Amino acid sequence: MSERSPRQGRDAGVDEILEGRREPGPVARKLPGPVAWFDIRGRSTGHLAFSLNRITGLGLVFYLYLHLLVLSTLLRGEGSWNGFLEIATTPLFLGFDVLLVFGLLVHGLNGTRLALVGSGFVPNRQKALFWSFMIFGAIVLVYTAIHVFGSEG
Amino acid sequence: MSDAVRTLRVHRFKRGDDAPRVEEHLVPAHEGTTVLEALRWIQLQEDPTLGLRHSCFHASCGTCGVRVNGRERLACVTRLSDVEGAVIVDPIANLPVLHDLVVDMAAFVARFPQPHPIVRESEFLPESSPADGIDDHERYEDCIECGLCLSACPVAATDDTYVGPAALAYAQRMIEESRGGDREALLHWADQDAGAWRCHAAFECTEACPSDVRPAQRIMALRRELRGRRTDHDRAVPDRPATVTGASA
Repeated sequence: MSERSPRQGRDAGVDEILEGRREPGPVARKLPGPVAWFDIRGRSTGHLAFSLNRITGLGLVFYLYLHLLVLSTLLRGEGSWNGFLEIATTPLFLGFDVLLVFGLLVHGLNGTRLALVGSGFVPNRQKALFWSFMIFGAIVLVYTAIHVFGSEG
Repeated sequence: MSDAVRTLRVHRFKRGDDAPRVEEHLVPAHEGTTVLEALRWIQLQEDPTLGLRHSCFHASCGTCGVRVNGRERLACVTRLSDVEGAVIVDPIANLPVLHDLVVDMAAFVARFPQPHPIVRESEFLPESSPADGIDDHERYEDCIECGLCLSACPVAATDDTYVGPAALAYAQRMIEESRGGDREALLHWADQDAGAWRCHAAFECTEACPSDVRPAQRIMALRRELRGRRTDHDRAVPDRPATVTGASA
C-alpha cells in the first residue's frame, strides 16, 4: 500500500488558493489619498491645524501662479493693466484680498507654531499655541478687513 | 441580561475578494459591553468566520486595535455605550488587511529600528533596593505596539515609506535610555526623509495612543536631538551601521 502525504491528498487548486492567501490584502485607508488629510471628523486640534496648513498652503501656491498671471497683463500695455485695476477694486475682489490675508495669517502663524513645537521647544503646548495664534490672527484679520473695505471707493 | 440591541457594521474582507464589504449585525448589549465582547458575540453566535485578533481583554497586549466610528481604539476597553448610533468597526488604517479586522503587523514591526529590546529599567524610588535574588528591577516599555498611532497619522495616510510614530518614539526612548545601544546609529536612522522630518506635528498619534507613550512629543524631542547633532556634525556622519535596520527612505 503506497503512502500519501497530506499534501498529495489535496484537491487540485488548493495550493493555488493557499498561495493567494499568503499575499497581504490592500492597505486599509480611511479615505482615498490626500482626502484623508482633510477629514477632521472626530479629530483633535492638531489635525485641524494640519488640515488648515495644507489647505492654505495649496491656496497660496495657487495664488502665487494667479499673481504672476495677473502681473503678466502689464505686458499687454497700460490699458490692459488699468482694466484689471478696475476689477481689483470691486467688493468681490476685495473679499478675495481678505481671503488671501486669512490664508497668509493661518499658514504663517501655524508655521511659526510648528517651528516652535517641531524643534522641541514647546511640544506640550501645541494646542494652546494654536488657539493663541489663531485668536491673534483673527484680530489682525478683522483689522485688515476693516481697512481693506474702508479704503473702497 | 441584555438591556439593548446595538447595530454593529463590521468591515469584512478575505484575501481573494474583489473588494471589502460591510456586514451588519444586531448585538445584545448592556452598559458595560465592550466592542470586543460584541465582536466575539458575533463570532460565537452568528458568524464564526469573522476574523479578529485579541488576547488580554485589558489593554495590555495591544492586539485588538481597530477603528470604531473612525477613531482608533482598543476594542477591549471601548464600551458600546460610549459610542453613539451604529457602531462601525474597521481595521486600523495604513497597514495591509489580512482578514476582516486583522492587519499585517509585520509591516508595522518592520518599521522599527533593530535591535528592538522591549524591556527596560523600571522607575523605582532611588532609596529602594532590589529584593534578595533580584539583580535589578525591570519592566516592559509603555508602547504596546498596537499600531493605533500609525493608523491615526495623516502623513502615513499618503506615505507608506514613513516609518511612523511608534518606531520614532521607540528610537527616542532608546536614545533617552540607550541600555548599551548605538545612540549615534539610532540618530542616523531617524535623520532620514522618511524619519523624524516626515512628521507634520498633527499630534493624532498622541491622541490615539492608549498607553500614554506620547509619540508626537517624543518625535519632537528626537528632532531637538537631531538639530543639535546637525549643528555639531553638519551631517558628516559615516554610513549607517549594519546593526540598525528598518524602513529607509
